[in-house]
Amino acid sequence: MFSDMFQKLWANGIIQRGIWETIYMTILSSLISYAIGLPLGVVLNITDREGIYPLPLLNRLLGLVVNFFRSVPFIILMVAMLPVAKLVVGVSLGNRAMIVMLVIAASPYVARMAESALKEVDAGVIEAAQSMGSSNAQIVWKVLLPEAKPALITGAVISMVTILGYSAMSATIGGTGLGQIAVSYGHQRFNPDVTWCCVFLTVIIVQVIQEVGIWISHKTDKRIRH
Amino acid sequence: MIELRELKKTYTAAGKSIVALDGVNLTVHDGEIYGIIGLSGAGKSTLVRCINLLEKPTGGQVLIDGQDITQFTGKRLLRLRRSIGMIFQSFNLLEQRSALKNVTFPLEISGVGRKDAEARAMELLELVGLSDRALSYPSQLSGGQKQRVAIARALATRPKYLLCDEATSALDPNTTASILELLKRIQQTLGVTMVVITHEMKVIERICDKVAVLDRSHVAEEGNVSEVFTNPRSEIGKELILSGEQELSGGGKGRRLRLTFDSESSQAPILSSMILACQMPVNILFADTRKLCGAVYGQMMIELPDDEREAGKIIEWLKNSPVKWREEV
Ligand SMILES: Nc1ncnc2c1ncn2[C@@H]1O[C@H](COP(=O)(O)OP(=O)(O)O)[C@@H](O)[C@H]1O
Ligand SMILES: [Mg+2]
Repeated sequence: MFSDMFQKLWANGIIQRGIWETIYMTILSSLISYAIGLPLGVVLNITDREGIYPLPLLNRLLGLVVNFFRSVPFIILMVAMLPVAKLVVGVSLGNRAMIVMLVIAASPYVARMAESALKEVDAGVIEAAQSMGSSNAQIVWKVLLPEAKPALITGAVISMVTILGYSAMSATIGGTGLGQIAVSYGHQRFNPDVTWCCVFLTVIIVQVIQEVGIWISHKTDKRIRH
Repeated sequence: MIELRELKKTYTAAGKSIVALDGVNLTVHDGEIYGIIGLSGAGKSTLVRCINLLEKPTGGQVLIDGQDITQFTGKRLLRLRRSIGMIFQSFNLLEQRSALKNVTFPLEISGVGRKDAEARAMELLELVGLSDRALSYPSQLSGGQKQRVAIARALATRPKYLLCDEATSALDPNTTASILELLKRIQQTLGVTMVVITHEMKVIERICDKVAVLDRSHVAEEGNVSEVFTNPRSEIGKELILSGEQELSGGGKGRRLRLTFDSESSQAPILSSMILACQMPVNILFADTRKLCGAVYGQMMIELPDDEREAGKIIEWLKNSPVKWREEV
């Protein structure tokens, strides 16, 4: 049923390693992207004209930078950013370089995601917190982030799926994982079953991320009557 | 004591300026429940938000216990706000926190430890009659219960003042009544001074001692509720306060008198005495009695006979009676 190539890849643990590399790159890049994107999203939210600490100039500037990175297609951004990867991790090849690229591409995405999640927090609730004498830092930590938590988790799920897609694309310039297996063993050596196997595995990983993420988001959302 | 002096607020939005408050003066004494009534857009919310500087006035002064707070910033402003509670029309509870944790919020931000904060919060939930719902989330509470939690939260730091911006406007009449009762009880037992914003007469009637009628950025009139409500002088006051009146009969061209009765005179059969004494019919256009602060007030609009001489006789009789009256034009 399976081609020789597939059996060889499986026997040598290459597919298993591909699964692991995809998961590992996605999770690590997501974590770093969130660590950068979430604070950016907070800054975008609070410095907005309607935010708790309006700084229109900074807000516009940051918005422009974010939009710039978001409007460049990943495949182009990746190639353009190779020198940056070399600067940060010393190499422009392999997983470490790919993670740098994924983070550069995903952080602005996460920032917008976080910004819109935070925007959902009712202005009245923020006002109530202000009326009680909360400082801006207290509003961020005790109101904005906790109240937006379910939306932030949902945003994280969507970002992770996007990052997983990016990680597969990074195969074209030397990334590893299921994307690379599909390209070099499936596509270039004419083994459609290898390609389809990678597709299938990717779908499974995406489904797991989504189901678990949405479940956590739901579970932590106190607006829903359990 | 809260004193507003020549308070002004102008918003600038999209290049246009909107005057929301134009030289407002009023004084709220300690222990009072001070009502501010006005139509939508009159500037009520702006006014109350200037008291805790959620809105920065563009002119005039806000004196709290004699101190002008309009220039407060930073830590001083935060400390001021902690001494003034506020409740809102839409309750504004933190949706991801339980009732208990909502009440501990103001304590947390002013640095009270968790144990003490929770003990104090339970006390307050007890006060508002919700100790059995401490662990419920706002989504599991009714509107009235949410407002009770909001009241408990506003009182957590033992503020001297409580600002209420349309606190009952989203509630049904029965729930409104119970929330108003709670506010009254809080004023009586804790001595909290309150500023109550509303567009509803019944809110003022039920709990307020003083009232100011706000009309298009100005205070149109002000005084004790019993005076203003039985005898509104400003056009807007009449409109708001007497708007419940529906003329029972269309009425003719005759002169109209508004009679007002206080607790004493409302007991006596004034009208029958008048008709018997003058031996002539009057047309009753409107009649109403109200309970204000526990006392009964009534008013009645009558139309005099067209005949000048007959009308004069009635007026003569009224002048010698204890009834307060005034001719409507
Ligand atoms: N943030 C704002 N920006 C611009 N205009 C405002 C703002 N808030 C209120 N206004 C305007 O100020 C006036 C008074 O509003 P408000 O104080 O909310 O009235 P009320 O509470 O009596 O309905 C209205 O004309 C309103 O449109
Ligand atoms: Mg209002």
